[in-house]
Amino acid sequence: MISRRAVQTAIRSGVRRPQSAVAGPSVALRTYATFPTTVTDDLLKPTKYGGKYVVTLIPGDGIGIETANAVRTVFKADNVPVEFEQIDVSGLEEGRKNAEVLFRECIASLKRNKVGLKGIVYTPVDRSGHASFNVGLRQELDIYASVVLIKNIPGLQTRHQNVDFCIIRENTEGEYSGLEHQSVPGVVESLKIITRAKSERIARFAFNFAKANSRKKVTVIHKANIMKLADGLFRSTFQEIAKEYPTLQTNDLIVDNASMQAVSKPQQFDVLVMPNLYGGILSNIGAGLVGGPGVVPGCNMGREHAVFEPGCRHVGLDIKGQDRANPTAMLLSGAMMLRHLGLDQHAGRISQAVYSVIAEGKVRTPDMHGTNTTHEFTNEVLRKMDEIA
Amino acid sequence: MSLLRTATRRLATSRQPFVRAGVAAQQSWNRGYATEKRIGGYGGQKQANGKYLVSLIEGDGIGPEISQSVKDIYAAAEVPIEWEPIDVTPIIKDGRTAIPDAAIESIKRNLVALKGPLATPIGKGHVSLNLTLRRTFNLFANVRPCKSIVGYKTPYDGVDTVLIRENTEGEYSGIEHEVVDGVVQSIKLITKDASERVLRYAFQYAESIGKKKVRVVHKATIMKQSDGLFLDLGKELSKDFPGIQFDYELLDNTCLNMVTDPTPYNDKVLVMPNLYGDILSDMCAGLIGGLGLTPSGNIGDECSIFEAVHGSAPDIAGQGLANPTALLFSSIMMLQHMGLNAHAEKIRQAAFDTLAEGKYLTGDLGGKAKTHEYAGAIIDKLK
Repeated sequence: MISRRAVQTAIRSGVRRPQSAVAGPSVALRTYATFPTTVTDDLLKPTKYGGKYVVTLIPGDGIGIETANAVRTVFKADNVPVEFEQIDVSGLEEGRKNAEVLFRECIASLKRNKVGLKGIVYTPVDRSGHASFNVGLRQELDIYASVVLIKNIPGLQTRHQNVDFCIIRENTEGEYSGLEHQSVPGVVESLKIITRAKSERIARFAFNFAKANSRKKVTVIHKANIMKLADGLFRSTFQEIAKEYPTLQTNDLIVDNASMQAVSKPQQFDVLVMPNLYGGILSNIGAGLVGGPGVVPGCNMGREHAVFEPGCRHVGLDIKGQDRANPTAMLLSGAMMLRHLGLDQHAGRISQAVYSVIAEGKVRTPDMHGTNTTHEFTNEVLRKMDEIA
Repeated sequence: MSLLRTATRRLATSRQPFVRAGVAAQQSWNRGYATEKRIGGYGGQKQANGKYLVSLIEGDGIGPEISQSVKDIYAAAEVPIEWEPIDVTPIIKDGRTAIPDAAIESIKRNLVALKGPLATPIGKGHVSLNLTLRRTFNLFANVRPCKSIVGYKTPYDGVDTVLIRENTEGEYSGIEHEVVDGVVQSIKLITKDASERVLRYAFQYAESIGKKKVRVVHKATIMKQSDGLFLDLGKELSKDFPGIQFDYELLDNTCLNMVTDPTPYNDKVLVMPNLYGDILSDMCAGLIGGLGLTPSGNIGDECSIFEAVHGSAPDIAGQGLANPTALLFSSIMMLQHMGLNAHAEKIRQAAFDTLAEGKYLTGDLGGKAKTHEYAGAIIDKLK
């Protein structure tokens, strides 16, 4: 589990004034990710009214409401001092007229509260459909680093054992720039944007994350042999920043090879850092290794905001409303959020309860080869929390 | 005219693979790129001696050894093929990397080639040879089947996937520029012509190998126009193939589901743009044990090249340690492409049996056999 401090340290040191840059002329040469700022620690402190933190809750579509309710139930049972500001934005067609307004409201709420817990909002496939709210949110709030933990859960049998790696994914540019046009009918160009500033920022985040979490190796994933300029820039920036972290091992891997290694020898990975699309691919492969999207938590970190959401971003429309969704990913993302807020005891109790329910194996949702409902699983977590307390 | 159309269509949809539509196809010039006719088919003729001539690029490193194994096995199986060895060591022509004319002539004449691994020359200015071949012969589709090998245990059993990747554009268009210092744009190019061509090939390929479903893998939620175009063309084309069930899946879901359980993909042919295909085909190879066990075919308008996609392994070259399976399997795909299905099946069976038996496995599969011993075991099975 990522500790709150680890993540915060990672973020802060990403923006902290570098020692060498205090007065030296090198300041001008540095780019914006490391440029001296007046960022202070309290910037990351979320709003707290009357002893309670106010947190934006965006359940999203599909299984969002069910898993968000599981989090509400568990938080309430543990008297977690968190008050949710829930916004039911939906990407489905029927809610469309209102959706844009609600989406703006989400942004405003997150800007106010600085911390959010979120399910996945549906994105239509149609060409006429709206752009992804999920991507829009990340770009608007500049929550640039997606952190996904791919780790075997004790007791949950999968094809691979001893898997334990983290995916750090650039969240705001790359293939998800949203810049596309049709030059003439039948000829479409999509732009992938890679910038040095954002590559540097995510590389630095990955290194700081690795250090803070006692990880040893950071691997950059790319396709620089083909995209020589774009991925070349991402890789060379990474290698440049790596020099500042001599205690960490680094290497690079081409994305197709990384995918092949991931399904054959995933144990070799430690911390992986990559552009946007590859992150999407590898986090899904990773989730497949350890038990699916229902059990993988994650978060999106920016300088000012943090939004926690299941790491492998699946809407789950097909099982919506059937009371069979696995709330584990959302509960663990919620626990991660509590650590971020400094509520370590609550976080510890909740995640411990979730893990021991899975380890015991008596109550499991269908995706974990069980027959229980979301409610039954949640109740079992509550029962476990009583035992622990 | 309409009669001709019908005739063409009948040709195109007939179960006989690789019939060249010939004259009839010319009637459809006003249609999109590759409509009506069976595209990427083999149109070669037997020589006077009753054998087909096939260009052979042995490749670098372990290439010659594994090529020898294939040649030995083919001789034993009495495949009506005569090899024409060619040298593709790149030359610089008008400042660009090019393949020697003799090699191009050979492949153009024979319409089909088998290729071992090539070492990519290091240094600036060299476009990779693979890319050069791809461009020279307009190899628009990369076909990558992956089938579990009984006898080589991985965490996944019973895998039998087929993946077709658009090979000429997409993310690998090579169009990139630095707008200002530190800001790079890389263009993913999707065109109707190239997409339609590879999609049509996918449907035809599914028919030819007896798979009932074709699935487009896309990311049209994010790349609405480019992947959207690819997906829409898939939907459109599926109407021409009523015998094939068509659907589509988000790239994320494909990755997740394949890693969780690949067997539901056994009845499908997956088709997708360049980058996704590159990543997923290697991932599938990972499911069954790596690139040493997977074949690959590059299909072009006229010529097609079948190749082993693993490296040239210079460290073990010449020691008889190499595993020729990928090249052998690629050659089997080539036989199927040429319509020599009986020979293909015979060799495939012998190879699978040898692998399943496990007595003569090469070092990479945990055995101790030399390259020629493994080939010898397959030859014994052929008798």
